[in-house]
Order: sequence, then structure tokens, then C-alpha cells
Amino acid sequence: MTQKRYKVSTLVFEAVMLVIAAVYAYPLFLTVINSFKTLPEVMISTAALPEKFSLDNFVTVWKQLDYPVLFLNTLLITVGSVTGIVLFSSMAAYCILRQKTKLTKFVFLVITAAIVIPFQTMMIPLVQVAGRLKLMNSLWGIMLVYWGLGLPFPLFLYHGFMKSMPRDLEEAARIDGCGFIRTFFKIVFPLMQPITTTIVILNVFWIFNDFLMPYIMLGGGEYKTIAIGYYSYFSQYGTKWNLSLAALTIGIVPVFLFYLAAQKKMIKGIMSGAVKS
Amino acid sequence: MSAKKAGSRLTGVHQLQKHRERYLMYALFLLPAIVFFILAYVLPFEQAIKLSFFEWNGISSTMKFAGLDNFKAIFHDKAYFDSFMFTIKFVLVSTVLVNVIGFALAYIMCGSLKTRNLLRSVFFCPQVIGTLILGYIWQFIFSYAFPQIGERTGIELFMVKWLSRADLAYAALVMVFTWYFSGYLMVIYIAALQGVPDDVLESAQLDGASGFVRLKSIILPVVAPSITANVFLALVTTFKMFDLNVALTKGGPFGSTESIGLHIYNEAFNNRHYGAGSAKGLVFFILIAALTLTQTYIMKKREVDMG
Repeated sequence: MTQKRYKVSTLVFEAVMLVIAAVYAYPLFLTVINSFKTLPEVMISTAALPEKFSLDNFVTVWKQLDYPVLFLNTLLITVGSVTGIVLFSSMAAYCILRQKTKLTKFVFLVITAAIVIPFQTMMIPLVQVAGRLKLMNSLWGIMLVYWGLGLPFPLFLYHGFMKSMPRDLEEAARIDGCGFIRTFFKIVFPLMQPITTTIVILNVFWIFNDFLMPYIMLGGGEYKTIAIGYYSYFSQYGTKWNLSLAALTIGIVPVFLFYLAAQKKMIKGIMSGAVKS
Repeated sequence: MSAKKAGSRLTGVHQLQKHRERYLMYALFLLPAIVFFILAYVLPFEQAIKLSFFEWNGISSTMKFAGLDNFKAIFHDKAYFDSFMFTIKFVLVSTVLVNVIGFALAYIMCGSLKTRNLLRSVFFCPQVIGTLILGYIWQFIFSYAFPQIGERTGIELFMVKWLSRADLAYAALVMVFTWYFSGYLMVIYIAALQGVPDDVLESAQLDGASGFVRLKSIILPVVAPSITANVFLALVTTFKMFDLNVALTKGGPFGSTESIGLHIYNEAFNNRHYGAGSAKGLVFFILIAALTLTQTYIMKKREVDMG
């Protein structure tokens, strides 16, 4: 559905929308400009541009938070978890669609039904289960749990996408004697790139920014993530807004760069995923 | 040779091999998913059911069997009831708002605006940032930017203390959530709107159908499945709200904005009532499941009626 005419009224409307968009983005703009100011400046002239763009706040926060360590932990958890989620959910979806048995139907039903289970229902016993299996306070441990927690929705999306995918190429490969493992990784998986992009992006945002899970599983240990770092930072220095805002700004930057890089693909991907599901 | 024929020849000849392959595929492709699913969902869920019948502080090695006491206590627990009412109020209002605004934005983005790509990126942008960080950002906006805007413009709405009055703290959460989530739904609605056939719209317009009639009888039926999906998404997300709650209001003032998620967290990890917390978590799950099932059932039925 697209409309093509451009009139004077459209121009006025366009201006109105741009103003709304500016208001929409204003809180983020304020956060960034205030992170360059001194504390009194933040308090007195919040809306003004900083008198001078000083990096002092960032330097202080960088050290106080031990930012490189937080970033590295978060990055490792995100990359490891998302890789596993993509791999296991796509393979399971393939198996479920190619072997239509009672078992696979049951597995699909049970796993996708878990989409509605709120994390708060399981977080209390999860601590116990993870403790018993020695998964607490470990990067591997939290990744394993994410592999399971993140499974249902991607499985659902892959299943929907694969159902409507043409099978010609895949079957030709099978006739040529290609085993199912090679067929999947060489032919089926590359063909699913649009939905994989969607799943990767949604899960990167989720896990990179997730707070409660890492807080429960890694909270007191040595592997702090950015979100945990922020939470403890805010309970300690919450009122020093010049520093807090600088901390928030450097927390936003990595995901934001990812957003800019992946933006076109991402929006297309979310759209195609939504249509297919 | 067509793919179909080839496929049937394959099934005909390699019966035994196919059987072997099936189990190999189960083991290599399905088993990992099952194992991690059991780890993250089945074991904790089973443990949650077990815990909910016990009294346990999370540390001591003995647990006291409590029967149905934890569940019975929920019905007399005013704090749980309050957080439940708050959550319902938040869920219903936010779900309607994010869907209406998300749809309106999508409708506008499908129009003839020249800057629509820029606008789309701006409205989607909050989605990128974690809700914990957004909560802190808005805490700053409400505490410092708003009063200053109020002083300059004289608008009373900006001068009141948003986060220290119960009704306004609630409004603040709804507002920030709507700001955060509308852009996501907008993207899904844009995709749906692009499926509306242009020729039908044009001929309806030629026949003199007003904008409202076109929206009601052509556009809405086509996007109905997306509305169902988006309402579901919004329900599940608002029900589980936690990070935003922690960062923006911490449940205050005086517990007036404590969501169920936060309430359960506090019950277990701060009050150390693990059994009671588990029981509350299970009741919470049943509520969400009942609500979302009813919603999808009703809306799917309406989709058919409309089509």
C-alpha cells in the first residue's frame, strides 16, 4: 500500500511529523549532550549545549566501571548465546519439518508453547537448577541457559519460514548423494538468511541488553555484564548525573553502531519474519 | 525430472537407509534443542511446582512442607493483589496505546512523505537500547529536564514531580513504554500494510469510498493477522515488564507501581520466601497463559469473520 501524490498539505504534514520525531529523539539527545557537562552545568542548564565538550566524565566512568571488561563479557555472552540459539533452533526446525512423526510434532508443540512462560516463573528454581549443575558464575553456564531460554521463538520463526521454502534444490542435492548434514548446512541454512538475520538481530538486542538473567546468574561473581555494571553503578553514584549519563552514553554506543550497520537488513528482516509467521 | 518424482523415488528405494537417517537426525539435530529446553524450561518449571508446596528461605538445607498454604496465602496477600491490579492496568492501557500509535505511524510511513525512511529509523531507535538504560535515561528526564522545561514554558504538567506521585508514576511508565515499544510494532504493521492491494484501494477511491470506509473495509481485514500477532506481543511484553520498572520507579512511590514481575523478584530474592515466590510465579504464568490464549482465540475468530 503506497500513495504517490505530494501536495502542499503533505508538506505541512511532513513538517509536523519531523517535529514529532525530534521530540521522540529528544531524551536521547539530552542524555548525550549532558554527558559532556560538569555536574553543576547538568543541574542548572539541562537543555543547553555544553560550554565545552570535555571527555573527563567518560574517562572517569571508563575506569570506575572497568568498562572494557564489562564490554568483553557482554560481547562474549551475546555472541556465544546467539550462535547457539540460531544453530540449535534452525537444526531442530529442519528435523521437525523433514521427519514428520508424532515425536517431532510433540516436541514442536511443547517448545513453542513455552513462548508464553514468563521468565519470573522460572527464575527462582533456575538458580537452584543452575547451581546444582555448576552453571552459576560462569560464562559457559549462562550461555547454556540462554541456548535453552532463547529457543522457542526462533524455532517458531524458522519453522514458519522453512515451511514455505521451495525444496527443489535440497532434493536435487539429496539425489546427488548429499547427506542431510551437508544438505542442511550447504543449501538449506544459506537459503534461510532473511529469517536468520531477523533472529540474530532480535536476540542480539535482547541478550546484549538483558539485565535480570545475568544479574541472577552472574551478579556477585567476576563476570559482570554492562547491565549489571550499570545497576550497581546507579545504586552507588546515581545522583552524580554527569557521570551516570556518560556511563549510559558509552553503554548505548556499541548497540547503536550495530543498529546503524544492520539497519536496512534489520527492518527488512523483521518485516519478512512478521509476514512469514 | 521434477523434484516431486525424484522425491518419491527416493522414499521408495531407500527405506532402510531412511530409517537409519531418521534416528541419526533426531540425535544430531533435535537432541541438542531438547536438552537445552529441558535445562532452561522443564527442570526449573518442575522445580517451581515442587518449591511452591514448601516453605524455604533459599539457604537452609531443610525445606518445610507447606501443602497448599503458599497458594492460599496469595488470596489474602494485599501487596500481590495491588501489584496484580497495577500490572493489569498497565498491560491493558499500554497494549492499546502501542498498537494504536504503532499502526498510525505505520500508516503514515506508507504514505507519500519524503523523509519516511528517516522517520522510521527515529521511531524504531528506542528499541535498540535496553529497557534498563532507557529507564535510567527517563529517570533523568523526569527529574531534571521536565522541571526546567516547566519553568521556562509555565506548563504545569512539566513542573509536577512525576516519579513521586502514584498516578503520575504510573503514567510515566505507560508513557515511556509506549515511547519504547510503538516503533517495533510500527515495523510489523508497515510490512502488513504493504500487503494491501493498491488496485482495490484505488477503485474503492474512484467509487467514492471515504478514507474511513477504506480503512475499515479494505485495510483492516488485510492486516488483521498482524493485529492479532502485535496485540499478543504487546500483552506478553507488558506483562513481563521488569527492567524498566526497576530503573524508572523501583516500584515506588510506596509500592504503587510494583509490577507482578518485580513483586515476585522481591518476594524471593529480598524477602527470601522462595516457596511463596514460586507459587506466585506459577499463578502469574497461569494468568498470562489464560489471557493470551483467550486473546488469540477471540482475535483469530474475528479475523475469519472479517475476511
